[in-house]
Amino acid sequence: MATIDQAPGAAVTASRTREAGPRASGRVPLYLLLVLLSLFFLFPVVFMLVSSLKPDDQIFQDLGSGAAFLPVGELSLDNYAGVFDRVPAIRFLLNSVFVTVVTVLLGLFVNSLAGFALSRMEWRGRKLILALVIATLIIPFETVALPMVYWVAKLPWLEFEGLRPVIEQGWLNSYQVQILPFVANAFSIFLFAQYFGSIPRSLDEAARVDGCGWFRIYRKVVVPLSGPVFATVAILTFLPVWNSYLWPLMVVQEESKRPVMIGVQYFNQLTPAWGETMAYSTLITIPVLVVFLSFQRAFVRSIAASGVKG
Amino acid sequence: MTRTPWLTSLGVALAVLAATTTGCSAGGRAGAERVEVSMWSHSAGNPAEIEVINRIIADFNASQDRYTVKPEFFPQAAYNDAIVAAATAGDLPCLLDMDGPVMPNWAWARVIAPLDLPESLTDQFLPSTVGRWNGRIYSIGYWDAALAMFARRSVLESNGVRVPTMDRPWTKDEFDAALVTLKNAGFEHAIDLGNYDTGEWWPYAYSPMLQSFGGDLIDRGTYRTAQGALNGPRAVAFAQWFQSLFTRGLASKSPTPDRQDFLLGNVAIAWNGNWSAPDAIEKYGEDLLLLPPPDFGEGPKIGGASWQWGLSANCPSLDGARRYIAFSLKPEYVAAFSEETGLIPATDAAAALTEEYGPDGRLHELVGFSREYAVIRPPTPAYSVISSVFEKTMQDVMNGADVQTSLDSAVDQIDFNLESNDNYGL
Repeated sequence: MATIDQAPGAAVTASRTREAGPRASGRVPLYLLLVLLSLFFLFPVVFMLVSSLKPDDQIFQDLGSGAAFLPVGELSLDNYAGVFDRVPAIRFLLNSVFVTVVTVLLGLFVNSLAGFALSRMEWRGRKLILALVIATLIIPFETVALPMVYWVAKLPWLEFEGLRPVIEQGWLNSYQVQILPFVANAFSIFLFAQYFGSIPRSLDEAARVDGCGWFRIYRKVVVPLSGPVFATVAILTFLPVWNSYLWPLMVVQEESKRPVMIGVQYFNQLTPAWGETMAYSTLITIPVLVVFLSFQRAFVRSIAASGVKG
Repeated sequence: MTRTPWLTSLGVALAVLAATTTGCSAGGRAGAERVEVSMWSHSAGNPAEIEVINRIIADFNASQDRYTVKPEFFPQAAYNDAIVAAATAGDLPCLLDMDGPVMPNWAWARVIAPLDLPESLTDQFLPSTVGRWNGRIYSIGYWDAALAMFARRSVLESNGVRVPTMDRPWTKDEFDAALVTLKNAGFEHAIDLGNYDTGEWWPYAYSPMLQSFGGDLIDRGTYRTAQGALNGPRAVAFAQWFQSLFTRGLASKSPTPDRQDFLLGNVAIAWNGNWSAPDAIEKYGEDLLLLPPPDFGEGPKIGGASWQWGLSANCPSLDGARRYIAFSLKPEYVAAFSEETGLIPATDAAAALTEEYGPDGRLHELVGFSREYAVIRPPTPAYSVISSVFEKTMQDVMNGADVQTSLDSAVDQIDFNLESNDNYGL
């Protein structure tokens, strides 16, 4: 297999080497255009970073010129200090990291199992179930948000006061209310089902001959071959949970359990603190960039393989 | 077969355990412990406000041994959504603050309860800081805000523009002429109307101009229609004038955010709130003028009613909540709130205790603006609809839409909402 795979690749490389001279020069304008486009897309991030170092009045003075994107003038870390005076930023960051990591991990496990069952196990009605799961994608979250608030306020939860178990009514003001409703995700199930469906079924049959049950096939055969889709689902789950605003706003009233996005509104006072807003935005964007850059290659590979653009 | 009895046993055991444990827990609270009075405020991210609120709470908690007020702070922009969600879940706190114009809707929906404070106490407050609905007081505030025309004495005098006073405010013609003169003096635009902002700013800032022209957002005689008030000849005259500010280049359709154009020297006048006064004083010092709004025919007007305190209707300790509100209205607390936030204290006694709003304070005249010019936005449960319809309509007008058509459409939308809700029982 390896020999067959590499041979065409080597031919392509040799062919590219031969055509490198004339093609490279012809591509200069294209690369320039791409560099300009990259800069264009980077502008908001650069503006955020640079403005986080400037006092408010200078941000406005620079707005009319290219200085808005340059670290010029009176630069300091005062806005970052201001952020920690105004918002319990560390607490919010830790809350978001916890909620997001747990949601992503549980989501990968639950949705991949669902995708596995829907794509590789033969059972009556699975196509109908998959269609119903996909159909739920057309329901916007905002339309079910209030009924969900109503229900989570009634759900029971087991807690412990010391060693004594206590059943409390209502999930409001908790971590589970930020995590559990978002573990099962129709789009993730669809992605897993699509990707798992592309893996040859002969592997399942071989594994079954070796005595594997369904879960071992999932764990030992399918999962090791599905790195890209796990990376994609991890990113696609991470982003909305990290960015979630409406749901935690409605169900989390205690400041100690709020996530980072609620913190953005702390700066929106009668006289908004723009520099601090930019500093806070920078702080909460860093984890997103780290996650995206870490999974970038697998993400692109999976998107290319599944043909999914969203 | 073997699993069912096990699960059933576990379920019964858990139910018994839950009944026992929760029962014990409730019994424990009913003893000599203080009753907790929950409170929500929109002040998250505003350390100055939080500091005063926490001070009042600490004093109240120390002043008696029956109740403990426990606050939770929310960011303002997210606050109303949190309230609506909590009302849905039946999880509202006992004490909550609310923006004045929202109060009638919450009172109508029975989300909040009357305060039942003595008139001798509430009479001392600026009328715009006392929220009334159906003849009863549902909310009361420590402060109000006031809009003013921010200008510089040196700029007005060097261009021969008269400095208006409360006794003799600018007339419409005078104001128009001043704007043209200042625009011709070289300013990018003559005035910053703050129209970069969205939401409640539009009715708060511009409906007083409509009222000064003689129009209104709704017919205040019946509160059952906006017909005539919002699309009559006077309302049309207001909207045409408002549109002309942009077509004549006197105001920008897209001013610098946060009303910064005045501080940057791009405009000569800014229609702005007293909360921006500290920055303007720092920038221009004695040269700064906080001028009364123009008289467009029916006298100068500004919007009234800002954040006020109320009680939720399902509060289990209404007595404690009412005691807290009465306690918090002492002049020293109202004054402290003003000192920390720069807003206008709601009572004369409190104003006298402050540096800026006392008789010799630099902002004392703004107390007069609030007392003489403030018009409360229509106290009707339909206000949230009126507010969003007015904002959309005036943005259309700013962008060149036909005035009469836009106002007629606004009236239709408001009247449709009123009819759909049986005029909210009015």
